[in-house]
Amino acid sequence: MSNQHTNKKTISRRDFLKTIGVAGFAASGLASCVGGKNENTTIGEASGPNDNMTYRQSQATADKVSLLGFGMMRLPSVDGKSARDGNGEIDQEMVNELVDYALAHGVNYFDTSPAYCRGMSEHASGIALSRHSRDKYFIATKLSNFAPATWTREASIEMYHNSLKELQTGHIDYMLLHAVGIGSGMEEYENRYIKNGVLDFLLEERKAGRIRNLGFSYHGDVEVFDYLLSRHDEYKWDFVQIQLNYLDWKYAKKTNPRNTDAEYLYNELNKRGIPVVVMEPLLGGRLADVPTPVVARLKQREPELSVASWAFRFAGSLPGVLTVLSGMTCMEHLKDNISSYSPLQPLTDQEFTLLQDMATIMVQFPSIPCTNCKYCMPCPYGLDIPSIFRHYNKCLNEGNVPLSAQDESYSRARRAFLVGYDRSVPKLRQASHCIGCNRCSPHCPQRIDIPGELHRIDAYVERLKITEA
Amino acid sequence: MLRKIRLTFAIFFFVAITALFLDFTGSVHAWLGWTAKVQFLPALLAMNLAVVAVLLLLTLFAGRVYCSVICPLGVFQDIVAWLNSCRSKKKFYRFSYSSEVRWLRYGVFALFVLALIAGVGSFVALLAPYSSYGRIVANLFAPLYRWGNNVMAYFAERADSYAFYSIDVWLKSLPTFIIAIVSFVALVALAWRNGRTYCNTICPVGTVLGFLSRFSLFAPTIDTSKCVNCGLCARHCKASCINPEEHKIDYSRCVACMDCIDTCTHHALKFRLRRNKDKQNAPASDSSRRSFLSISALFAASAAVNAQKKKVDGGLAVIENKKIPQRVTPIVPAGAVSARHFARHCTACQLCVSVCPNDVLRPSTDLQKLMQPEMSYERGYCRPECKRCSEVCPAGAIHPITIEEKSSIRIGHAVWVKKNCIPVVDGVECGNCARHCPSGAILMVPSDANKPNSLKIPVVNTARCIGCGACENLCPARPFSAIYVEGNSVHGEM
Repeated sequence: MSNQHTNKKTISRRDFLKTIGVAGFAASGLASCVGGKNENTTIGEASGPNDNMTYRQSQATADKVSLLGFGMMRLPSVDGKSARDGNGEIDQEMVNELVDYALAHGVNYFDTSPAYCRGMSEHASGIALSRHSRDKYFIATKLSNFAPATWTREASIEMYHNSLKELQTGHIDYMLLHAVGIGSGMEEYENRYIKNGVLDFLLEERKAGRIRNLGFSYHGDVEVFDYLLSRHDEYKWDFVQIQLNYLDWKYAKKTNPRNTDAEYLYNELNKRGIPVVVMEPLLGGRLADVPTPVVARLKQREPELSVASWAFRFAGSLPGVLTVLSGMTCMEHLKDNISSYSPLQPLTDQEFTLLQDMATIMVQFPSIPCTNCKYCMPCPYGLDIPSIFRHYNKCLNEGNVPLSAQDESYSRARRAFLVGYDRSVPKLRQASHCIGCNRCSPHCPQRIDIPGELHRIDAYVERLKITEA
Repeated sequence: MLRKIRLTFAIFFFVAITALFLDFTGSVHAWLGWTAKVQFLPALLAMNLAVVAVLLLLTLFAGRVYCSVICPLGVFQDIVAWLNSCRSKKKFYRFSYSSEVRWLRYGVFALFVLALIAGVGSFVALLAPYSSYGRIVANLFAPLYRWGNNVMAYFAERADSYAFYSIDVWLKSLPTFIIAIVSFVALVALAWRNGRTYCNTICPVGTVLGFLSRFSLFAPTIDTSKCVNCGLCARHCKASCINPEEHKIDYSRCVACMDCIDTCTHHALKFRLRRNKDKQNAPASDSSRRSFLSISALFAASAAVNAQKKKVDGGLAVIENKKIPQRVTPIVPAGAVSARHFARHCTACQLCVSVCPNDVLRPSTDLQKLMQPEMSYERGYCRPECKRCSEVCPAGAIHPITIEEKSSIRIGHAVWVKKNCIPVVDGVECGNCARHCPSGAILMVPSDANKPNSLKIPVVNTARCIGCGACENLCPARPFSAIYVEGNSVHGEM
């Protein structure tokens, strides 16, 4: 009798476990279809870099400048992300490591600004670089007097002196007027550098040798660019920093009518023999994460090379380019980028055409031309503007922006877009919270109509949510 | 055999209903939503007469099968009792006969009916068995399930999969949470020791069905010719309803679990047609055993079920949490018809609260309607494409509606609070409320009537407002929105 009982007990227990088990398996089945690899990384696809860095010579001071310049705008922070993303302090140890590695492999141009990394970039760069002999590297920094509060002569000069202090140096190798053409264009330029006599001050400093090369970085209104070049005879610009890459070469204007094609900017500089410093060669990583058909074409041609390396070769192949800046957050970026220029393998005409073809494909994707520079941040209402754009662009590239419920993969793409949206951007920082105050747009170097784009994305999300699959 | 059939069905219903409360995706409801709708009290309140009739007939036919198969609270107690039995053979035979505590059973039942008629929803909700179970799952088990899901989502995100997505876990109402804990502890304590005490003394559904079960066609009966008075059946009866000395079974308390039939080694117990009406009465007053009221175990007020807050990133403005505005009339979901209809029908089972994907529904803390859900928009708003609460409600408190109907049911109306409004306070353009209003009820007009170009402020066309709360939720003013929704006590239609 008791046997019978124990028997029964075990059976019922087993039954019970079975039922539970079925539910468990169902859940784990869902989980097992995860996997998937992270394509499009720039990570270590080429074998480790050798020490054949390509160098270019500057005109005024005959510096031997590495073709790869280290941008100190996207430094790592202790919480693992770029310093501008997190609340965390800059990961100084990591910065030191990156700088050491870069110097050891021939990189000698370091570009920073008082505005970068919530104002902590110069300090961190100073610490990392001062551990090396000063004649081993060139420092570029900028007069980033964007805020009207810094438009006075005293405040601007104070900013300059502070740069020297933070960078622990007595001279700046490459000094720039920062992002002229931004905001209201000529008016803002004059407020920042002319009316307060700051440009004259900088010219004096150059004469005194504390600034070895003087130039400007340009974004936005082309009128300012043209004007500054027209005064070249007077100012003798030693270099000019422009946004240049294979997408902006011919399509900057097409992407946004208020911008100017890099081809024009480059030719204007080349005509006058002014060395070009290239920024945004990767468009803030957008040219490392391109639409899948483009990846296929590029990989087909050079299976071993990273997608990003094409963008670097494009910028580096143009004669007259002094250095190509890349904001590098981790060792993998650094290694891959060093490989691209150790030494530079110039693009053939055929490859140049291929990249232009790719640009033609890419420009048809309605991506938002955000380079994640974060000049628009912080948004007073808490939105994470660059992350919203980045998510939208990512979904475009991956084909996860379904347009019609009749699309074949509609429900999958819809889920990918919406679930990914909540992951990339906390709900309270999503586009639905944009009130359209438009405090962001004037700061955008790409001149994106930020509230307009946010409202467009919000309307799109709303449409996705309403047409429940 | 009969016991195995009972077990199979019981486990099915138990798992199904538990899944309903755990699932937040809505996929389980499509298949198993009916298991909630066949619950007795909800079906009765929903005037779902077919279901009620079937359940009554079932009871008249085979006794309280409902209590041991369909009712999740009953099965839950069986599981607790069974776990204790598993510990040793002695525990397995730990029960013994006790007589019916009639005054308590019918007393509680009378109070229950009075509360039902008077519309004291909170008392009804407190006793309703299915709702008690729902409350326990929704408050105690669902958070664990969701945290588990969030762990999966964490890994899914890192594996670039969209199979799981993370959801908020937050304490929706402290009183309801405490009640859930207390009822959980009390039920576990009772079931652990004495099996079905709750079902046979307190549960109003048990009382009603027990009354009918006295006259059921089929029932376990003792064949006195075979019985050797060993008393094994009584010691294994979790309802304590078998009197072995008199060979009598109190059918009002028997839940037709069939355990006794399998237990009897002499095959003296059979589930069969009752021919001779065995008259049994048990007037004795054995009170001490069932003094269930001695439930002490009062819990410390708040076990930490704090909604995890995401840390704010650097370079990002700090976002203050929204606070709940004082609403004169609480908002209840579209389909609830009116506040009164809702209060009369809702058994506070928390099913709608569990499935609300927008974190809008939460149990009320108002004493009259304690635990009955109400809406608030500081975490999300009642999205136009969602009608889940109306789909799942088993009690007819929220009638099923279509998406089209929802877009025209006016559950509340927006009220503008000038002193919070961003264009007025910060002097910048806004209009986020108007931009997100699904019914076009908010218009932006110049703040200065004489200056057409002055900053625009929102005005509400109450006639078109459906009270969805998009404006309140997406208003940039914090912690109190500059526009909030006031409930309509009777839901109009546009």
